[in-house]
Amino acid sequence: MTHVSIDINGTQVERDIDPRVLLVHFLRDDLGLTGTHWGCDTTNCGTCTVQLDGRPVKSCTVLAVMADGHSVRTVEGLETGGRLDPIQQGFMEEHGLQCGFCTPGMLMTGRALLDENPHPSDGEIREAISGQICRCTGYATIVRAIQWAADHPAAAEKEEATA
Amino acid sequence: MQISAPFDYARATSVDDAIALLDRFGEESRLIAGGHSLLPMMKLRLARPEALIDINELGELDYIREEGDELRIGAMTRHYELIDSPVLQRRFPIFGDAGRVIADPLVRNRGTIGGSLCQADPGEDLTAVCIVLDAVTVLRGPSGERTLTMTEFHRGPYETAAAHNEILIEVRIPIRPRSGSAYEKVERRVGDYAVAASGASVSLAEDGTIAEIGIGLAAVGLDERPAEAEAVLRGHAPDEDRIAEAARRTAAATDPIDDLRGTAEYKRHLAEELTKRVITRAIARAKGQER
Repeated sequence: MTHVSIDINGTQVERDIDPRVLLVHFLRDDLGLTGTHWGCDTTNCGTCTVQLDGRPVKSCTVLAVMADGHSVRTVEGLETGGRLDPIQQGFMEEHGLQCGFCTPGMLMTGRALLDENPHPSDGEIREAISGQICRCTGYATIVRAIQWAADHPAAAEKEEATA
Repeated sequence: MQISAPFDYARATSVDDAIALLDRFGEESRLIAGGHSLLPMMKLRLARPEALIDINELGELDYIREEGDELRIGAMTRHYELIDSPVLQRRFPIFGDAGRVIADPLVRNRGTIGGSLCQADPGEDLTAVCIVLDAVTVLRGPSGERTLTMTEFHRGPYETAAAHNEILIEVRIPIRPRSGSAYEKVERRVGDYAVAASGASVSLAEDGTIAEIGIGLAAVGLDERPAEAEAVLRGHAPDEDRIAEAARRTAAATDPIDDLRGTAEYKRHLAEELTKRVITRAIARAKGQER
């Protein structure tokens, strides 16, 4: 067993784990953070995408021990104080999902993209999500959802102010 | 659920610590960098190392810098850094070309140049890039450092000259005046390994003739530079006929296999066409006519 200390969505988590446990299973099975989905298990589909030190990575291809001393952000870390992140709201507004299986990965990549490039072109969005598979939407509404979030960076705050 | 066989895990705190750990854990231990080749193989139990030595914390191997007439890239430089680097965009645009067709952006956030070269997958792109650029690899082991040309380092599919207790620490690339480089790949879908890929680098003499040229391919059974093809252009003014002849000779030097990515005949066709394109683009970039 190896001791790890990982910042998960702003909370320091300490555990003793088997080194062969993948980050996706550590999040889901050890921590109960089942928002991160476990899909193809072969680095293809991207639904397991989380942010590792702010960069999106496929958590089926990262050992949990490799995250020791680093920060991981999952889909559960997007909303703050009961308010959705604009990226989440964008997926609602523009119907960026149907079955929802790919959505947590798409949200984490979309959030990371906007953090680095607040006004991406449609082409830049398509490039950013090119490592992730959606079988429902044909991607068009996902691109629109991320553009919606780019256009409404303070959407959640505004909604609260008018509420 | 794909779960690897059990292994011991140790995190290296320096290059010398990594070498000491390799010696301590013995022949069945492996270094792990980005892990995007090794972990999938371990999950399928195609690889069963008894110990993994994690070198991801070695920030000392994460750099791209010019030193004199050389460009030096640390082995832990990740693929996205190769694409984003202003100095590589200016000096060696082939890295941007190749980087953007390696897997997908998420994989490129983890994968490293050192990991790619050491994995030596036959469909992998950066080995061809480094061959094209006359790169030299720097290996460090218990008894010090040694430098190997890419031809000496890269022995073939999945095989390099690195000993068990050696670590690839750096890639050095000669900087030449009036140079340009390019890479192009055909893949079945975004993020896949190459059906075929070709890269080229040229340096022009002051009179506009080709002073130096390097050609390298991926996924078509050619691990060395096609000397006969390069000879067609070296020392000559680049014209369409010579470029076409060099591309023909390059394709003739390949030895592709029929597989699920395409027939050997198709891959040879791609090798010729892609080589023609990358030589043409490398020359245009050397002349400053294209980014």
